[in-house]
Amino acid sequence: MSPRAQVYILAALLTVMGAGLTIYKNRELGFPLLPGEYRTVWTIEAKVRFTADGGPVKAALTLPRAQRNMQVLGETFSSSGFGFNIVRDDDEYRAVWSRRSASGNQTLFYQLDVHQTPGAPLEQPLALSTEVAPPFLGAREQEAVRQAIYSLVDTARDRSSDTKTFAAQLLIALNDPRNQDRNLIFSHYKNRSLVDVALIVLAAAEIPAHRIRGLYLEDDRRRLDPEDLLEVYDGRRWVVFEPNTGNPGVPPNFFIWQRGGKSLLDVEGGRNSRVTFSVISNDVPARDVAMLSTSNEKEALVDFSIYSLPIEQQSIFKLILLVPVGTLVVVLLRVFVGLRTSGTFMPVLLAIAFIETRLFTGLAIFVLILVLGLWVRFYLSRLNLLLVARIAAVVVTVVILMGVISVVSYKLGIEQALTVTFFPMIILAWTIERMSIVWEEDGPYEVVVQAGGSLLVAVLAWWVMTNRFVEHWTFNFPELLLVLLGFILIVGNYTGYRLGELMRFRQLVR
Amino acid sequence: MGRFNLRQLVARLRGGFVSPFALRRLGVLGMNARNVQYIARYNDRDRYPIVDDKLNTKRCARRHGIPVPELIAAFESQPSRRRVMEVIEPLWQFVIKPARGSGGKGILVVVGREGDNYLKPSGAAVSREDVLRHVSNIHSGLYSLGGKPDRVMIEALVDFDPVFDRYSFEGVPDVRVIVFRGFPVMAMLRCSTHSSDGKANLHQGAVGVGIDLATGKSCHAVQRGLRIARHPDTEMPFDELVVPGWRDLLRLASRCYEMTGLGYLGCDIVLDRRRGPLLLEANARPGLAIQLANGVGLRTRLRHIEALDMEQLERSVEARVDYAMNAFAAVPA
Repeated sequence: MSPRAQVYILAALLTVMGAGLTIYKNRELGFPLLPGEYRTVWTIEAKVRFTADGGPVKAALTLPRAQRNMQVLGETFSSSGFGFNIVRDDDEYRAVWSRRSASGNQTLFYQLDVHQTPGAPLEQPLALSTEVAPPFLGAREQEAVRQAIYSLVDTARDRSSDTKTFAAQLLIALNDPRNQDRNLIFSHYKNRSLVDVALIVLAAAEIPAHRIRGLYLEDDRRRLDPEDLLEVYDGRRWVVFEPNTGNPGVPPNFFIWQRGGKSLLDVEGGRNSRVTFSVISNDVPARDVAMLSTSNEKEALVDFSIYSLPIEQQSIFKLILLVPVGTLVVVLLRVFVGLRTSGTFMPVLLAIAFIETRLFTGLAIFVLILVLGLWVRFYLSRLNLLLVARIAAVVVTVVILMGVISVVSYKLGIEQALTVTFFPMIILAWTIERMSIVWEEDGPYEVVVQAGGSLLVAVLAWWVMTNRFVEHWTFNFPELLLVLLGFILIVGNYTGYRLGELMRFRQLVR
Repeated sequence: MGRFNLRQLVARLRGGFVSPFALRRLGVLGMNARNVQYIARYNDRDRYPIVDDKLNTKRCARRHGIPVPELIAAFESQPSRRRVMEVIEPLWQFVIKPARGSGGKGILVVVGREGDNYLKPSGAAVSREDVLRHVSNIHSGLYSLGGKPDRVMIEALVDFDPVFDRYSFEGVPDVRVIVFRGFPVMAMLRCSTHSSDGKANLHQGAVGVGIDLATGKSCHAVQRGLRIARHPDTEMPFDELVVPGWRDLLRLASRCYEMTGLGYLGCDIVLDRRRGPLLLEANARPGLAIQLANGVGLRTRLRHIEALDMEQLERSVEARVDYAMNAFAAVPA
């Protein structure tokens, strides 16, 4: 295989790999493609209160199950003095607080952070029974109520074609204050909620149904009681209804806490038990949400990446990951434009220094050190020193210059100049040495051309490297480096003309 | 009418730039294409030391019977003052060179003496100390790529053939021949000028004179990218210029292919009054300015050679020179 074909195949492989990983991280792990994306994270707090009787106490709270459209980022429990564990009960998880003896008012907390991932449909519950227990409408119930219930069922059945539309019709009727049957039923079940009544009527119609407990996620809500939805089995699958409107589907912003009719809270050894909820929303950078949700799942791509390093090293890597972008700028400018620079990748190092120092301070300091350094170097060249000693002398001079610049500018109140320390000293010394040779051999004009070329490349590299998109992509999607590598390989195959050559060879065209 | 205006607009927007398609049509070789398609493909890395180190070049040339300027001494390690002085004391004229210098840097030419001082071609005097410092600089790698320690060589000054005297100002005229797979494909004479400060680099203002491969006569001359007819300092017209012993010179260049094993090669050749053409140095990465000097693209000629079959490529030096002189004769302007 020819080297050229190999380059293209390799570049294609690298690009596919890098782009694939990036898309995977974006789509599956939720890493944002654009910087500055925020996600709403809801902090839900369940507060369990009860009065203990003085004996052994056990409180069990049903915990929300994993849901497809809600991602649990983290949970905390607080329970001073109580033993705590999580038990699995059928297919529910319950938090159990227990204590040998307690008396007086007790308060327990359970808090969780969830992030809503839109679009995913609600999964079908596997273990919920579809058996119907017909409502006990015997002697205890008045005949009139019974009639009213069956009349509601019949009317709804007339107006519907299947279970789904039947449930919707039924809920509409139950919400209609002008409906006589409905009023009669509600006057009988005085303290029962709409969902309770709906469940009774549905049971009378022999349709499997249960309640869903949950919360509407709205910002800054306190002391909320759980709200109920209705879930109806249509013969093949479970369908959720919002009871007040009769609309099918889970309302947006509804966080499902419990599916099925079991109790939400059980307290043994206490009275007046109650669970209330409060909800707060926070705007969190999308990347942090992605990090939290993937660290729970131990995603290998994230677990074995730079994100697993300590924060300090991460911030160093943030800078290091920009270096390839700088080298790409150099490659483009040399291959396609043909700019002459002093030292191939010296401009990249300069650009990194500029990132720390800010552009104009950096430029000013660089030119100042270069000019002063060249001046000293010209004197040194008269002293007949060996090369290594001379460059070492220039390094020392550069260090002294840096110190002087720092101190003088600090005294003058120009604090930006303190960032002079970010300049790579050895590189500066070599640059000075090279420039002085260029000066002697090719004259000051060539020095200006080369220094100007290096600065131009450095400024362009700086400009690209400080672009917020580039910063975001290199740090959050380091696998894009593979794409960059592939691109550089392809550029390395370019055999066309450089921009400078279109100028250089213009006489040939005449 | 509208189209005419559009063309004017494009021309104005383009400024001094020409279309890459026009260059391609003329067969101009660009830097990227040179690096990828010729240097990387035809020049083996392990042959580079032969040309990158001038001492190696000299040694190799002697083995192949190619004439070179006489080597007086070479210092492998940092020489003592006395060693250097012992060598140069009896000499009137000599050249001090770094073995691995690039771009003609670090070459000190001494053409005479004046008391304790040495005279450069420009007439400027350098002291004994300056010469010693120059030796020390070369040795510590000031002129070599990457600053690696270098070797110092002292060569006899070439006794230049006076034919070019009036075409060069202060400097050394030399002939650069591009040899591709053993075939000379293009040649130019580099004449230093006052504005190039005696140096033979075209980008510093030296005159590049394209030489017709068939005859050795000048066919085109440029300075700083502009076509000229006379030398800017000596006012000599270039169309009278003929390189004597042209065929011998081409033969020498062609033989460098066997000597170096490099497929794409630039040979720098000077003419000695008594010995004829001498190989000054060879270059594995010859520049592209030769196209400007000749006013012709190099790529067409390289393609021509690439299209030859194996049998034609493996011919003798004589046959190759004959072929090149026929195939690449300059088209009269």
